[in-house]
Amino acid sequence: MGLRIIKAGIADSIQDMGRYGYQQLGIPPGGVMDRIAATIANTLVGNHLKEPVLEMHFPSATILFETSMMIALTGADFGAEINGKEVLINQPILVPALSELRFTKKKMGSKVYLSVEDGFETDKWLGSNSTSFQIHKGGIEGRYLVKNDVLYFKNKEDLEIDLLTHLPWRASMSEFYDNNRINFMPGVEYPLLEKISQNSMVTNDFKVSNQSNRMGYRLEGQALLLSIKKECLSTAVSFGTIQLLPNAQMIVLMADHQTTGGYPRIGQVATSSLPKLAQVSAGETIRFELITHEEAETLFIQQQQNLQQLQNACNFRLQEYFKNE
Amino acid sequence: MLQNTPYQIYAIGDQGITLDYGGEMNELLNKKIFQLYTLLKKWQPEAILDIIPAYHSISLIYDLIKVKKLAGTITAYQFLEMKLREIEAQLIGDITVLVNRTKEIPVCYDVSLAPDLDELAKMHQLSHEEIIEIHIQQTYRVYMIGFMPGFAYMGTVDDRIASPRKSNPRLQVPAGSVGIAGTQTGIYPFISPGGWQIIGQTPLVLFDANKENPTLLEPGDQVRFHKISLEEFHHLKNKMD
Repeated sequence: MGLRIIKAGIADSIQDMGRYGYQQLGIPPGGVMDRIAATIANTLVGNHLKEPVLEMHFPSATILFETSMMIALTGADFGAEINGKEVLINQPILVPALSELRFTKKKMGSKVYLSVEDGFETDKWLGSNSTSFQIHKGGIEGRYLVKNDVLYFKNKEDLEIDLLTHLPWRASMSEFYDNNRINFMPGVEYPLLEKISQNSMVTNDFKVSNQSNRMGYRLEGQALLLSIKKECLSTAVSFGTIQLLPNAQMIVLMADHQTTGGYPRIGQVATSSLPKLAQVSAGETIRFELITHEEAETLFIQQQQNLQQLQNACNFRLQEYFKNE
Repeated sequence: MLQNTPYQIYAIGDQGITLDYGGEMNELLNKKIFQLYTLLKKWQPEAILDIIPAYHSISLIYDLIKVKKLAGTITAYQFLEMKLREIEAQLIGDITVLVNRTKEIPVCYDVSLAPDLDELAKMHQLSHEEIIEIHIQQTYRVYMIGFMPGFAYMGTVDDRIASPRKSNPRLQVPAGSVGIAGTQTGIYPFISPGGWQIIGQTPLVLFDANKENPTLLEPGDQVRFHKISLEEFHHLKNKMD
């Protein structure tokens, strides 16, 4: 009762909304990189929003569904095909047993999420199923998926799906990833930046370097300078903290960030922009846009309200669909 | 002196907030942070996801939607700022009443496990024995945990052996390595790249993911090191594995 990895991808892992409550012990929260895509993946199949999902990069795993299942793919568009037929992202799909899912081409975004109805049975550690690579806990033995791993479904019912079917509704995601603008707020050391560097930060594009990963995105572009050199004792940092490295380049801390850091914190990406940033691939550029704290709060609250509405609509559609079956 | 210490409150984006006394490594300030940590933990509503004490700062990571519900008409940030000020004002002057745990940590200072002992001896014009004596005579405080799971930042190292980080960090420092960086001392819980000056190794396991409390040390702990021989080290290490 599950899916089997028949060919491993480069970095595919089980993640959920993060492991909170242990940062005082140096344990990072981790979790999915794109929380909106993961939330929508769960929403589309009627799951609890904290249900673990499979996060995949390109090239992604090739997957065999050993049993039938309702699934959803969200986030990146990697040209998904099931049994050779193109399937759509952001739409629930009924998959018959012994179907093969593969990803053919990187078209948009950098992380695709796969959810299954009721979720996967995976390892929980300290309250979360997120894979902690450093400690080798959570997800599947705390590691990236390898060939022949089986992810068991919590749902043990035989769904009797004979035909590959898209359910007739979809989530519109276009508004989330429509451009490369990343909203940020000044960090506590922002005033220490030279005026010209403050200006450079919002008037230049910055390239996401290929030394970027789940811990952080290193940016390449105009060097930024501090008017005063400042050594800081370590303080808490978080998902989205923009630090200035000694080489005058920025790093944006991502889901697997360290809990504390000492580099100057020149900015913080608005939480509502993090999903967009998470979908930027190495080599692509971003442009920062300065917003106020109030704007950031409002944007996030709006985003969550939209997701809530989507969830209500999906639950209603799912109920109606399966009632009429 | 400790009461009415000035502090700054600032946002870590839209879901984090820090109260920061600023300044250097200071035991009294860190005790205030530890006391704040205790008070905040008692208050901690479901909306607060993490409370992260550091040297002279403490940060809350929160669920904006849930805090906003508590906040009503003001912003989530304004609500938490108010709450932090309120709780900070409750700090009592006499913080010596706080009970901290004391942990004894055996360390083998044999040169085979202490690759920087020679360099430090030359740097400070002391013998190996003198460096070890100075390192073990102090009781250290766990100021904070960060960098990696279970990595305790401890101080304060005696000025006679305080040493800058290595200019070329090692690619691999073995788990259990005891190091010095400035006036800080710390133990690497995992094998890791690292720039601290390594003067010994403990056979103890600093981080055990299978335990309910996975870290040997916690913020606020008192730590004393004692010297063991290479033979004792291997004996204890075998028992640990």
